[in-house]
Amino acid sequence: MKASNAKRRYLTQRVAISVLAVSLALVVIPVIGIIIYMIANGYSSLSWEFLTASPSQAGKAGGILPAILGTVYLMLGTILFALPIGVMAGIYLSEYTRANWLTRLINMAIVNLAGVPSIVFGLFGLAVFVLGLNLGMSLLAASLTLAAQALAMTITTSREAIMAVPKEYREGSLAIGVSRWQTIRHVVLPQAAPGILTGAILAMSRAAGETAPIIVVGAAFLVGGLPGSPFDRFMALPYHLYTVSAHIPGMPSEIKWGVALVLIAMVLLFNILAGIVRIKTRKR
Amino acid sequence: MINMFPSLKKGIGKTASLTSPRPRWGERIIEKLILFNGILAIAVLLGVFFILLRQGIPALIETPFYSFLFGTHWYPVSDPPTFGILPFFVATMWVTVISTVLAVPIGVGAAIFLAEVAPRKVADAVKPVVELLSGFPSVVMGFIGLVLLSPWVQNTLGLSSGLCGVTAGIMLAMMSLPIIVSVSEDALRAVPDEFRQAAYGLGSTRWEVIWHVCVPSALSGISAAIMLGIGRAIGETMTVLMVAGGALALPGLPTDPMMPMTAAIASGIGNAVQGGPQYHALFAIGLILFILTLFVNLIAARILDRQRRKFAAG
Repeated sequence: MKASNAKRRYLTQRVAISVLAVSLALVVIPVIGIIIYMIANGYSSLSWEFLTASPSQAGKAGGILPAILGTVYLMLGTILFALPIGVMAGIYLSEYTRANWLTRLINMAIVNLAGVPSIVFGLFGLAVFVLGLNLGMSLLAASLTLAAQALAMTITTSREAIMAVPKEYREGSLAIGVSRWQTIRHVVLPQAAPGILTGAILAMSRAAGETAPIIVVGAAFLVGGLPGSPFDRFMALPYHLYTVSAHIPGMPSEIKWGVALVLIAMVLLFNILAGIVRIKTRKR
Repeated sequence: MINMFPSLKKGIGKTASLTSPRPRWGERIIEKLILFNGILAIAVLLGVFFILLRQGIPALIETPFYSFLFGTHWYPVSDPPTFGILPFFVATMWVTVISTVLAVPIGVGAAIFLAEVAPRKVADAVKPVVELLSGFPSVVMGFIGLVLLSPWVQNTLGLSSGLCGVTAGIMLAMMSLPIIVSVSEDALRAVPDEFRQAAYGLGSTRWEVIWHVCVPSALSGISAAIMLGIGRAIGETMTVLMVAGGALALPGLPTDPMMPMTAAIASGIGNAVQGGPQYHALFAIGLILFILTLFVNLIAARILDRQRRKFAAG
């Protein structure tokens, strides 16, 4: 009887662990499947023309260069605003203050900022940047909106990277009479740079894929010519994908898959880049 | 005793910089700037809340709060316009429930496998794939749902359209998996090894150790993971905008086409006249979303904080 009991226990274990393995497979296989499927379907539509020409025939032919450029500008605009703020907030949280009610409040704000739905940031951007500051539906307003959303990430990653710098480095520098800011500038920040960079790259990749906020603050489906100034309306890859796949009847499916593949390639490239930076620094 | 470093002593215990013999004005300015940016996160969060209040309150004055929340008709352009968001709210509930029911067992199961069963090498190989999923833009997931999943759902369930709550819920489940897996896995890895050793010492099988020791010890972290997954599903916009069907009627079944709150804002804001009743009504929906997700995230943060302290003390 004891033996059969043990047998039953091991049988239970076998079944249970198989179920766990299946759930992991259910997470991993769709991801790999989607990537392979997207490459298989989108590959044929990638051509030099598709990447370097402007759309023609109401988006049903030609290329997607304006959308690619719009997304690149958005990424740069977002990081231009979000990175300096993120780094300085990170310095403040790790170097200039101790754990007290204010830091607790700031950390709580960061956590909650990260959880605010992206469409709500769109409404914020519309009311503050587009209408309030009168920037109009523009690349600049969209960059500022995405930057507000990216703040949570740039602050968190900068803070972690700066806090990871050993205390001895600071003490050594302070002990020879270097001021606090000089210590941060010449000792702490160079050490924390790779971690800050990882966060910045991830924030850019996030900005590249973000769609809901830019619907609200000024992405357009077709704009004549390439974006020339920050005050222009703009095209962007995610918005383009949304429109060609959900709104334009009779859109050739090569265009849809092509746009989707270019977008996912850009986003994943940046994710992988961030991973490489992280692994390189861990080795050091 | 002679104090050789008066300036150093002055600096100790202060949060300001060590006082140097002559003031460095450049540094003063930079340090002020750092303080300003440090509190900017609070300012942005409060700013978002304030904007939503300011633009949303007029709608709640126009339409009494009760009929705004429980009204079943959304006719923004009829005369007079009617704003009842119950269909959107119910749609959000449907897709969130479907997403949670699917994502929680799969996500937690995967996390247990990664943390407790898989060899380190397997876990290290699988983790980047899960992280990859979290990097997928939501519009791409919407696209996949549109072209791949919705025809399948339509055929399998015999529906007239595959664009419905079930399709949206399945896509949302995929999108909330990464956070559920990673936060649950962290919670399980934080369980001290002594707990496992003690259970093995009593003759438990590996599964008994997992089920009776590891999972209960990590339960608070796992529930935080679930809360974060729910928050993600409530706030997700593009996927539900593209695959939930977009019907304005009150959805009775999960297989009905529906329009969650986020999608209602995204699809309505382009047509809303600035400062008009629909504009304010959409901000009021934003306000409700903001409060809902804030609530969910605060609970998750609180649980995680408590768990961290529990094992830090032990």
